[in-house]
Amino acid sequence: MSQVHYLTTPLSDEDVKNLKAGDIVYLSGTIFTARDAAHKRLVDLIENRGELPFQLDGAVIYFVGPTPPKPGEPIGSAGPTTSYRMDSYSPILIKHGLKGMIGKGKRNQVVKDACKEYKAVYFGATGGAGALLGKLIKEAKVIAYEELGPEAIRMLRVENFPVTVINDAYGNDLYEEGRKLYEVKD
Amino acid sequence: MREIAYEDIVKAVKNMVIHTATNLPDDALKKLKEAHEKEKSPVAKKVLEQLLENAKIAKDEKRPLCQDTGLAVYFVKVGQDVKITGGLLKNAINEGTEQGYIEGYLRASTCDCFSRENLKDKIGYNLPAVIHIDLVEGDKIEIEYAAKGGGSENVSRARVLAPAQGRQGVIDFVKDVISEAGPNPCPPIIVGVGIGGTFEKAAISSKHALFREAGKPHPDPDVAEFEKELLFELNKLGIGAMGMGGTETVLAVHVEKNPCHIASLPVSVNVQCHSSRHSHITL
Repeated sequence: MSQVHYLTTPLSDEDVKNLKAGDIVYLSGTIFTARDAAHKRLVDLIENRGELPFQLDGAVIYFVGPTPPKPGEPIGSAGPTTSYRMDSYSPILIKHGLKGMIGKGKRNQVVKDACKEYKAVYFGATGGAGALLGKLIKEAKVIAYEELGPEAIRMLRVENFPVTVINDAYGNDLYEEGRKLYEVKD
Repeated sequence: MREIAYEDIVKAVKNMVIHTATNLPDDALKKLKEAHEKEKSPVAKKVLEQLLENAKIAKDEKRPLCQDTGLAVYFVKVGQDVKITGGLLKNAINEGTEQGYIEGYLRASTCDCFSRENLKDKIGYNLPAVIHIDLVEGDKIEIEYAAKGGGSENVSRARVLAPAQGRQGVIDFVKDVISEAGPNPCPPIIVGVGIGGTFEKAAISSKHALFREAGKPHPDPDVAEFEKELLFELNKLGIGAMGMGGTETVLAVHVEKNPCHIASLPVSVNVQCHSSRHSHITL
């Protein structure tokens, strides 16, 4: 049965171990945004032993490229983007301490295995709910790669940001399990 | 000849772009509400609830429905008795698009294919738009517009089947495409299917099918029947809202059918996410 958790970042191994695919989590605290281009740069930095723009230990990365903020607002609409584009980068970040990823859509087996081996979790947020999710972001600040525009790395402060556990640290996958329950075989 | 000023086209396009980004059209909203009522999975029902709430927030507070405010796609019918004064039609549409995306605080999402560099400074903010123009009778210009997100385009597919594969071959292909897409295109989705014509005709037809009012059957009863059959088959997949499992995966299937070459059976599947942002104006 699906459980509801309220968690504050950074996430610990214990936090992650308590989560099961299908659980609903309300996240608060600081999370970081990154899409394809920023991921490539982060992985290049790790491989060249450079200094990362934020602490990966216990971090949660949100795959999002927001719309520009209106005057006086921290951010525009900010729902998740499709996650598979980050599949080739996520495992190395997980190995270096990343505990959570927020996106939408399927991850490959390598990412799922990394979640299991290093205790990390992949959360799904509701795609196309950018207006609603953007409102739950209380602060946003570009901390690296400003030239990438919507793809820059932003530090966000969120309050009770609703996500669902898709891939837990035990190898479960909500997309596969949920679909099996409602599939009608001929 | 009826004259239409370049500037009037720019202004009309701009206003349409801004309005469409924050207002989910009635047809899409109606379909989402129906799905919310029918959905049997409590998890998917909750997602649909969020989507309805999102639509309300977007409209009330003029926030874009989704951060992916899309590439701007247009189907334009130009009456042959119209003369556009002051500039080219394509330029007017592009200019209106750019102004709308800037003034509406929408995202610039066009980039170079290989360098991935954003083109907002080189070509224009979220430019170029994708524009399909057709010349028709009359003295009006009709512009159909959609803000087309990347996630649902990424799962769209085209293939030329062998004629022997027939109707069932088309059903199997569409089912494979949607099954493989799973959660990625932000279900519940609308599925546009273009059948026949040539390779590119099928693809353009599948795109144009998405511009139709959601769930409005094709005027040809045989094609309408085929749409119903596809809808039934696709909802058996169990993908559900955001792929978390559920009974309501596809809100509507729209088919456009064209005559084709005796040797081919082209078919294209273009997927539209639940945030079906489209509008149309007549000038």
